[in-house]
Amino acid sequence: MAARKLSLKQKYGHFTRGLDWEPSYQKKEDIYPFAEYEGIKIHDWGAWEDPFKLTMDAYWKFQAEKERKLYAVIDSMAQNNGQLGITDARYLNAVKIFIQGVTPLEYQAHRHFAHLARHLPGAGLRVAAQMQSIDELRHCQTQIHTISHYNKFFDGIHDFTHMHDRLWYLSVPKSFFDDATSAGPFEFLTAISFAFEYVLTNLLFVPFMSGAAYNGDMATVTFGFSAQSDESRHMTLGLEAVRFLLEQDEANVPIVQGWIDKWFWRGYRLLSLVGMMMDYMLPKKVMSWSEAWESYYEEAGGALFADLARYGIREPKYADVAKAEKGHITHQVWSIFYNYAQAAAVHTWDVDDQHLAWLREKYPETFEKHYQPRYLAWREQAEKGERFYNNGLPMLCQVCQIPMAFTEVDDPETICFRVSEHEGDKYHTCSDGCKDIFDHEPEKFAQAWLPVHQIFQGNCGGATLPEVLDWYHINQGADNLDYVGSPEEAQWDRWMEGRRPTMPIAAE
Amino acid sequence: MAVISLNPGYTGPVRDRIENFHGAQLVYVHWEGHLNFCAAITLPLPADTPFGALTAEILSSLYQADPAWASVDLSAARWTLDGQDWAPDAARSIGEQGVGHKSLIRFWTAPVCNA
Repeated sequence: MAARKLSLKQKYGHFTRGLDWEPSYQKKEDIYPFAEYEGIKIHDWGAWEDPFKLTMDAYWKFQAEKERKLYAVIDSMAQNNGQLGITDARYLNAVKIFIQGVTPLEYQAHRHFAHLARHLPGAGLRVAAQMQSIDELRHCQTQIHTISHYNKFFDGIHDFTHMHDRLWYLSVPKSFFDDATSAGPFEFLTAISFAFEYVLTNLLFVPFMSGAAYNGDMATVTFGFSAQSDESRHMTLGLEAVRFLLEQDEANVPIVQGWIDKWFWRGYRLLSLVGMMMDYMLPKKVMSWSEAWESYYEEAGGALFADLARYGIREPKYADVAKAEKGHITHQVWSIFYNYAQAAAVHTWDVDDQHLAWLREKYPETFEKHYQPRYLAWREQAEKGERFYNNGLPMLCQVCQIPMAFTEVDDPETICFRVSEHEGDKYHTCSDGCKDIFDHEPEKFAQAWLPVHQIFQGNCGGATLPEVLDWYHINQGADNLDYVGSPEEAQWDRWMEGRRPTMPIAAE
Repeated sequence: MAVISLNPGYTGPVRDRIENFHGAQLVYVHWEGHLNFCAAITLPLPADTPFGALTAEILSSLYQADPAWASVDLSAARWTLDGQDWAPDAARSIGEQGVGHKSLIRFWTAPVCNA
């Protein structure tokens, strides 16, 4: 008799739940040592509903198809000098932030979902984590392959993994993910799958992918499309995972709420760098940070938390602060980069009149009053040949590790300083949100590797700026400083010059 | 948060202990009203640094990037140390006057510049 073909459902059952068994000669808690210490109670792993009934063989088939399309576009871009199609070389700074700050996180996500795929006691959730782990590795690889084309022509991309581990502003995304991967499996799921990939994901992907589309970067757009169906799978996993935790035991609710509060704030602080990129680095703007926050968090997030209210979950603590600050944070972060352009592997520049007008229009309440005067003063200094640099190293927040440039919610001229004491030492934070996170787990955050403090401890190559920049692998005079006067600008101008018509139009 | 997911008694290395700074301590200084300096500045200073040396040498070299610094009268400035009003004496060391590891010094100069 010919073998009967299995139905999709049967096949899925064999590929997932069929892989699990009840251990007989080892104790379950020895096999899954991380399953209980966070206090999460799961009574029935069988109740996990897989949001995607995707089997491994189908997964390979879909992914292979997407890869074929992506690499065809990358090849075509390389053969046709696709880098000449971007709006302006300043756009590349968005790509630099992406490869330096985001791509290494994809790899970290790959590693930690592989860890979850081993350590979650439920087979259904393990399989989902396994697929996400492979997705994240694919994203990391395809991003590297896509952006490597730009690395042939532009600066600051050449050693991104090394920079990710060392540079002051890259310690922001790095420490964010280190915090998540050093947490337990359920906190990680809530942090990355729910708070980041579900609640805040559009605020990461829209600025980069729409930014790429608006600015002629077809390679990054294609990568974005290639990742999109994976991302929607990850989002659904995040929401289902949180629902599952909430439904399993009422005692899980306050724990999950605490993680939502923490990871909303951590994600929001991390996104201030992305918002800065959006408002300042894209030659052709997509929307302002403030508009993006309104549509992707205030509206979408509002509906989500209204839906989760039936489990006893409320909106993240300090969401009101994020709303109140939305007209300020990107300007404050741009000021950080302008202050320290000498030590960054991205370029900055003086904001021109057209850009000032856009910022006034998008930020009518805040920009002209609080930030424009600062930019005009800087521009004036630069025109006199005295470009403003901050030669002191900034005070950093112990938790988010961003220079402490954020101001009090009701007073945009006064920096928000918060401090905690732990075992006789002071720990400074930039906000009530970061202070709460520190105060909850001071033993964890007292270990933070703060780039400025590490320089003063003598752990970063030396005591002078050039020594530290060497240790960062910043190619000095090319990767750092302003765009104006950079080798990148000179090259771009040469290219554009060559593309203007040179044949004189014959006189009639 | 209701549950702390650290094992009881867990401790880790405190990375910024004063012993790690080779005889110096960290001091943060912020010139209020001048947000062209985006954040407070971190300085590694021995506790016996005279306050006068901090202002005359170190702060001057850092803040002179702002043209307004030249006309600042520091003798009329208002100071706080770790959130408390503070009347520092230029001749005495910062350590003697209560500046500890990771202390925050803020100061306000007149006239307040709006830029």
